[in-house]
Amino acid sequence: MALSKNQQLLSKIATNDRHGENSPYFDGWKAYDKNPYHPIDNCEGVIQMGLAENQLCFDLIQKWIRRNPKASICTAEGVHEFKNIAIFQDYNGFKEFRQAVANFMGKARGGRVTYDPNRIVMSGGATGANETVMFCLANPGDAFLVPSPCYPAFDRDCGWRTGVQLIPVNCDSSNNFLITKAALEAAYERAQQDHINVKGLIIANPSNPLGTVLDRDTLRSLVSFINEKKIHLVSDEIYAASVFSTPSFVSVSEIIEEMECDRDLIHIVYSLSKDMGLPGFRVGIVYSYNDAVVNCGRKMSSFGLVSSQTQHLLASMLSDDEFVDNFLKENSKRLAKRHSMFTKGLEKVGIACLKSSAGLFVWMDLRRLLKEQTLESEMNLWRVIINEVKLNVSPGSSFHCSEPGWFRVCFANMDDDTVEVALERIRVFVEKQQVKSKRKFQNNLNLKLSCTPRRYDESVMSPHMMSPRSPLVRART
Amino acid sequence: MQMLSRKAACDSHGQDSSYFLGWQEYEKNPYNEVLNPNGIIQMGLAENQLSFDLAESWLANNPDALGLKRDGKSVFKELALFQDYHGMPTFKNELVEFMAKLRGYKVEFDPKKLVLVAGSTSANESLMFCLAEPGEAFLLPTPYYPGFDRDLKWRTEVEIVPIHCSSSNGFKITGCALEDAYEQAKKLNLNVKGVLVTNPSNPLGTTMDRDELNLLIDFAITKKIHIVSDEIYSGTVFDSTSFVSIIEAVTDRNIDDTHELWNRIHMVYSLSKDLGLPGFRVGMIYSNDETVVAAATKMSSFGLVSSQTQFLLTNMLSDNKFTSKYIEENRKRLKSRKEMLVSGLSGAGIECLNSNACLFCWVDMRHLLSSDTFEAEKELSKRILFEVGLNISPGSSCHCSEPGWFRICFANMSQETLKIAITRIKDFVESITFSRENCNHQLTVLDSRRRLVSKWVLPLSPYDNNEPADR
Repeated sequence: MALSKNQQLLSKIATNDRHGENSPYFDGWKAYDKNPYHPIDNCEGVIQMGLAENQLCFDLIQKWIRRNPKASICTAEGVHEFKNIAIFQDYNGFKEFRQAVANFMGKARGGRVTYDPNRIVMSGGATGANETVMFCLANPGDAFLVPSPCYPAFDRDCGWRTGVQLIPVNCDSSNNFLITKAALEAAYERAQQDHINVKGLIIANPSNPLGTVLDRDTLRSLVSFINEKKIHLVSDEIYAASVFSTPSFVSVSEIIEEMECDRDLIHIVYSLSKDMGLPGFRVGIVYSYNDAVVNCGRKMSSFGLVSSQTQHLLASMLSDDEFVDNFLKENSKRLAKRHSMFTKGLEKVGIACLKSSAGLFVWMDLRRLLKEQTLESEMNLWRVIINEVKLNVSPGSSFHCSEPGWFRVCFANMDDDTVEVALERIRVFVEKQQVKSKRKFQNNLNLKLSCTPRRYDESVMSPHMMSPRSPLVRART
Repeated sequence: MQMLSRKAACDSHGQDSSYFLGWQEYEKNPYNEVLNPNGIIQMGLAENQLSFDLAESWLANNPDALGLKRDGKSVFKELALFQDYHGMPTFKNELVEFMAKLRGYKVEFDPKKLVLVAGSTSANESLMFCLAEPGEAFLLPTPYYPGFDRDLKWRTEVEIVPIHCSSSNGFKITGCALEDAYEQAKKLNLNVKGVLVTNPSNPLGTTMDRDELNLLIDFAITKKIHIVSDEIYSGTVFDSTSFVSIIEAVTDRNIDDTHELWNRIHMVYSLSKDLGLPGFRVGMIYSNDETVVAAATKMSSFGLVSSQTQFLLTNMLSDNKFTSKYIEENRKRLKSRKEMLVSGLSGAGIECLNSNACLFCWVDMRHLLSSDTFEAEKELSKRILFEVGLNISPGSSCHCSEPGWFRICFANMSQETLKIAITRIKDFVESITFSRENCNHQLTVLDSRRRLVSKWVLPLSPYDNNEPADR
């Protein structure tokens, strides 16, 4: 009774589930929150491997801050700026901040493209940036295509308050999860038949959760696809500087320099949360080649401006070329080392990951550990990993992956020792599984000899149930 | 197919309104004491710049907060990573304490009901997303803050229906006006979800009295609708005892804790006006409804308060001596500055609505209009902008139903600049008065000349019956 009263009194947005927080993606987080790992205080706790954060380079940033006291309004050297910073709420942002961000974005792309500071629009993190872009490009009920597997919170960011729907374009391991023009065309046609107005395509490049970068050919085919259909391309490039090996990152900005394209259709979402490891500072950027979107986005940025204190600090930091060059180089090196340590450790126990060159995570292949190639099996395995192995990893289904058995595992949000502990736990788990399967095989052999065929069928082939809260179910309705 | 959304293509962001025209002109020609003494003085910006020295001296004396340290140890990493949309618990504790202090501890706030968002701009929008569907309406007393057209309507597609208030009773909300607005909404087929008031009021600078608050509460009970009280100026009330917050008003009605009305009371607050920190983007929603708190907390992901800022302000607000001194001194300075503007304007024959709060005055310039129309107000507004060099906000941009009222800000400039602004206004009023008198005088002179000439001309020419042409 109270619920329906609420539903009358409050909006649908306030009472529906489109914020997505009831999805299984967050169950692991809840398990971690209840029992977080600590090397001394709680060494049996759950290790957080579901959080894509870069904690590898804080020492570099701290050193810079200590050496540059003027950049902080909280130091004796910088406090004279306090008043000017405290009153600054111009939604254009500090010119120096925009220039510094444009500079950083260019360097993150190896200097192959330059960015115009006048197209830099602030937002409340990439979360705010994605929402703002949707508000500018689409009306409630319109749709965007999104290659899957994709970041789970795209549903919330792109659709919750905007009323925009996301249509997944399924990619699978048969071709290493590459996006094909055929798949895009098929999704587009289906939408047309269902009378859904497709306004654009949103991609994450480098990809979350895959950790892969899009090659030039694929990017070119995406650009020609959207040009042909006259729909928008939103490229979420928040991991642009989190690339640690080859193939290297190619931005859509580079592609549009090389081919004919209606630039009014091209928009980039950026942030400093991943590349610099500063999610707490809430620095999101919308960069659009469309003047009307820049203008509108700028007005909307009032709903999520970057704190002037933060703008001031980062304007100084990111215009220090020596610091930025060194940071980008060192960050890549440390990510490479960590990635290698983790993937080699997994290889030793026979676990493979999708080959990747970017991101703060790996896309781990646990298909052979599934009882059956079903969603239910994936969920069961995942619960075992959380509750028994005590690692919070993210199940592929929460990323709308159509193939069961894949898991995203983050590796950059902990120190080396914790990585070792995690690898050890995985090793123990895998060995146990191998012993179990051997034993099961033996048992099954014995069973076959003594049981009726019907009972055997039942024990092996249980009917699979879709969890009602599964995002896959929602995607289909 | 339209390439951009309707929201991008329309102008319901409201930035083409007259409110912003003055700003644009100011940007082109801003006053500077030394470099541009003939430039436009910005009096359209409701900022509190009077008390920075207090904050700066606190910072100079508190090295730990300065260097992002706690007990001498760096907390940089912790802050850099902190993105929990529940906000820092210590920060929320300090905020509820500060809010209670501003209300003389007549009400208590629960940090669990507080949601942190990036500025009250975001707070107001998020509340609309939570309380109303696209196409539903909120009633707002006029005149109201021009930015509401953007914050409440633009992306949410919620409608605003005005509650007309007039100068006949000092722009107070009446029962009649509330009912009229409700009926008007019905006529327009709009489902009313609530009333949003700003208390203290922007642009009036007045606090709501108990009668108004009770009217509002009765109305909300009868119609079963929400009350949103935007109290971002609560710390600028010159005499703290005169401010009654919505929570206090509802409490004093002895309404049962479990009465459903409590779930429909929501407050918006911010540090932009009271502490003069608009750049830091610290806004908040306070609601008794758990669902609203839960939904708004999730929405705050779209505009969280920077952790760097939360840390700094936690430290600052936890210093009780500092906050008490700041609140008292800030009020004193605002009151004194307001009195300076009011008496200066009075010297020019211009009266202000009697106000007890905020960073501006609601000024009566009806007698300076060439006619009782909004065109005349626009004309006067342009003259003040271009001839007098002052950016002030015309009442029409605040949806005032009577032409001739202007909002003039006084807390965003130095005393010297305010004196210059007052002198310019005095000169302008004198020149209008002079030219009106002169105009009358000229007419009188012309008439008597005409009579003189005709007296002489007619007898000379018996055939010339025409009057000589006017010059």
